[in-house]
Amino acid sequence: MVEMKEWDGFDGRLWKEEINVRQFIQDNYTPYEGNEDFLTGPTESTNRLWDALQKLQKEERAKGGVLDMETKVVSGLTAYGPGYIDEDLKDLEKVVGLQTDKPLKRAFMPYGGIKMAVQACETYGYEVDPLLKEIFTKYHKTHNTAVFDAYTPEMLKARHNKIMTGLPDTYGRGRIVGDYRRVALYGIDFLIEEKKEDKAKCGSGSMKGEVIRLREEIAEQIRALEGMKEMAAIYGYDISRPAKDAKEAIQWLYFGYLAAIKTQNGAAMSVGRVSTFLDIYFQRDLDKGIITEEEVQELVDHFTMKLRMVKFARIPSYNQLFSGDPVWATLDVAGTGVDGRSMVTKTDYRFLHTLENMGPAPEPNLTVLYSSRLPENFKKYASKISIATSSVQYENDDAMKPEWGDDYAICCCVSATRTGKEMQFFGARANLAKCLLYAINGGVDEKTGDQVGPKYRPITSEYLDYDEVMERYDDMMEWLADLYVNTLNLIQYMHDKYYYESAELALMDTNLERTFATGIAGFSHVIDSLSAIKYAKVKVIRDENGLAKDYEIEGDFPRYGNDDDRADEIGVWLLKTFMDKIKRHHTYRRSIPTTSILTITSNVVYGKATGSMPDGRKAGEPLSPGANPSYGAEQNGLLASLNSLTKLPYEWALDGISNTQTINPGALGNAEEERVDNLVQVMDGYFDQGAHHLNVNVFGKEKLIDAMEHPEKEEYANFTIRVSGYAVKFIDLTKEQQMDVIARTCHDHM
Amino acid sequence: MEKEILGNIHSVESFGSADGPGVRYIVFLKGCQMRCKYCHNPDTWAKACGSMDAPKEGENWQRAKDVLEKAKRYKAYWKKNGGITVSGGEALLQIDFLLELFTLAKKEGIHTCLDTSGNPFTTEEPFFSKFEKLMEVTDLVMLDIKEMDAKRHRELTGQDNANILEMARYLSDHGKVMWIRHVLVPGVTDQEEDLLALRDFVASLKTVDRVEILPYHTLGVFKWKELGLSYGLEDAEPPTKEQLERAKKLLGIA
Repeated sequence: MVEMKEWDGFDGRLWKEEINVRQFIQDNYTPYEGNEDFLTGPTESTNRLWDALQKLQKEERAKGGVLDMETKVVSGLTAYGPGYIDEDLKDLEKVVGLQTDKPLKRAFMPYGGIKMAVQACETYGYEVDPLLKEIFTKYHKTHNTAVFDAYTPEMLKARHNKIMTGLPDTYGRGRIVGDYRRVALYGIDFLIEEKKEDKAKCGSGSMKGEVIRLREEIAEQIRALEGMKEMAAIYGYDISRPAKDAKEAIQWLYFGYLAAIKTQNGAAMSVGRVSTFLDIYFQRDLDKGIITEEEVQELVDHFTMKLRMVKFARIPSYNQLFSGDPVWATLDVAGTGVDGRSMVTKTDYRFLHTLENMGPAPEPNLTVLYSSRLPENFKKYASKISIATSSVQYENDDAMKPEWGDDYAICCCVSATRTGKEMQFFGARANLAKCLLYAINGGVDEKTGDQVGPKYRPITSEYLDYDEVMERYDDMMEWLADLYVNTLNLIQYMHDKYYYESAELALMDTNLERTFATGIAGFSHVIDSLSAIKYAKVKVIRDENGLAKDYEIEGDFPRYGNDDDRADEIGVWLLKTFMDKIKRHHTYRRSIPTTSILTITSNVVYGKATGSMPDGRKAGEPLSPGANPSYGAEQNGLLASLNSLTKLPYEWALDGISNTQTINPGALGNAEEERVDNLVQVMDGYFDQGAHHLNVNVFGKEKLIDAMEHPEKEEYANFTIRVSGYAVKFIDLTKEQQMDVIARTCHDHM
Repeated sequence: MEKEILGNIHSVESFGSADGPGVRYIVFLKGCQMRCKYCHNPDTWAKACGSMDAPKEGENWQRAKDVLEKAKRYKAYWKKNGGITVSGGEALLQIDFLLELFTLAKKEGIHTCLDTSGNPFTTEEPFFSKFEKLMEVTDLVMLDIKEMDAKRHRELTGQDNANILEMARYLSDHGKVMWIRHVLVPGVTDQEEDLLALRDFVASLKTVDRVEILPYHTLGVFKWKELGLSYGLEDAEPPTKEQLERAKKLLGIA
């Protein structure tokens, strides 16, 4: 057993015998059942820094969304000297470290794809150093080039016709959450020793491909760990040893995360489940009397401020998929332990409180791991913050805990991974709505007329027959699942090879479990279309080539989102059928296949590329996001809609089932106290029935319309809303997406 | 065999939060005799043309048992506070159905709330004994008092208010908990003497748990047009914050 002086006052043995942060937490945390009265407001330093940062954010917006870009230096752990929010205020910063040398300046990250890195700069009027272009074109291949080298013609065609979209072949796959807490608890030197030992033991005597690859990967990880030490030294810190107090703990942890965002530009760069861990350090210092509550809150505020500053250079097509410059710096609070104890600590309150101290913000993507058994006081506080800021999302701890234990973290928008023990291969999504149209048209794309799918017999009858459609649809999904999984296998292979996440993976176990995350788009439209075919009459309108282009519906039919089993059961069938097909295929590195019903803001782009559907949705209109019912389908109010969602088994969509709901404040209750209580009751009922995820927005449509028309108003500068799986400043969305958000159902009160 | 009693349902709402304590499942029944000038649900006025035996097209007749089964799908959301509210239209016009629904609900321990204008109330039979029975299975009555002044009440709603006030007294005398609600339309239902009279009346009742002001809104105006009706309060505006505060003060609930 190792003993370190920095661990004085901590209990437990196992976490000293092996790297085991979970055990450290369980042995040492202090559950908190009280209310929020202990919280303190922002300090003078916090206010000054936050003012400075807001000024920069304003400038950034005025300049078209990007404040500054690097064009000469390739991002890396030690590419820059120290950087601060404001040179004059740097002594006020309690947590330090920037991605580049200047605040909000976007790093040059070519490894995902040199073409995109260059295009991102050019979009905003920056010229990349020609030498860098040459190096990454001529002398060093990047991920994107490698993927396109290997794609088959069929894959290219399916990608081009957007039946698979958002694939991580032009950007980092992300969704890997390093266990950044390890830096604080163990210090880098200890972690290097462990990795060296792993490497020594790796593949004794049998140099097969996978062993060779792993040995090389561990070497990369060790190099990254050395780099992290140097990076911290630039800011004057020695992280070779464990953190000795509260301030060091949060700073060390942040350095771990900073290493990740300096080296990777994944779509989601999550922070993880850190609140209960940090609370142990805070509480130790509070007990010793060497820190005050104000100082603790200041540390949390300053750390959070850093998470609000994470930026990457993106290309326009990326921004269409993931609108509003999100990075999914997802940070989780609450949850319960396997032993049944609540894991809510005072620090879980402190993180939510940042939304009061510094106002609403889309990042970090604050996620409450919810259970009706969480302390009532905490549930009420979270509900209160949701009502005031619309910046919080909720995920069902009771559903996730049996699958992932009690130290999982959300690695993007909604999907869970076991911290430090598991990584995910992110795989975007397949458009199952389009796939249904392919089934009707015999594999011909309804927009381009290309023969994309296999040339199966198209449906030629005037009215659609349910059994016939189902049979064709099953065949077409079979094809799509096969192509989709193989495409992802190829992408993940190349990502490991050309854009390996050495910094994040250095902070995780050497022998990892891997999940293979597929996804579904167009969920509600498939359900409603099949329901229309089954319960009403759907007439096909064909063009001169016989291609089905539009549909006329005669009669009523049940729609998903009304707690009507006739429609909802089609959804359950769809999820199970698609997942079963995915599962039958070989997945890269023996990863475990999962799926999600989650679209982010890509529902708009997907919709644009998808023709008219038999449910009445017209060509080009946005798909409904995630697992949300279609626009206008919900006729029986919020709870009927939620009940439809509760029927989808989380076990079949372990990558997450995203649901975004907007409630008019008046519809939640008359007085604030009633609203808080009612929202808690809604979430208790929803999650107790097994649902997975809920984005809660509380505002009226009028506010959205006014914000769209008057983005310059001061009150809208930080107006944050939840969209599918993340939060975004409303005024940062494209006009198209703003219109889409406004069109969605707002649960109102008449 | 006894004839099955059906209710003529206008619509349901799975999430009501201002229509009784906690989270409510609201059943809106069809039919109302009041013709309140500010009504935001004029589409619920018309009584059924058909009957439970011979429903007409577009009418939605349901058995109490089935209505309850649907409502119970939302039990998970009522755990701490919530239940079923029947509103309208005017719920008391279908008192047989209401009685059956609430009787079944009470058997299952579900909180029942009646949202009514009191207009059908009478101490005559056969209504009155049914009403007495209904009150045994009703946990809360939300009674709208539109106007205290009889003449203005008639102008505003086309109906008298004597029996409505009588119903309030009856509930008070029989220990039935109630919420009194008043829709505030600036220039129409906000006169000082009326609000003071309402305050005095409420003070004379023993079982009022809450007095609420419902601010007038114009969200239902479009329905009048859809129904080909002319809206009599074109010029009325929703109350301002100040007007609301003033009314609350006059009612003694500020």
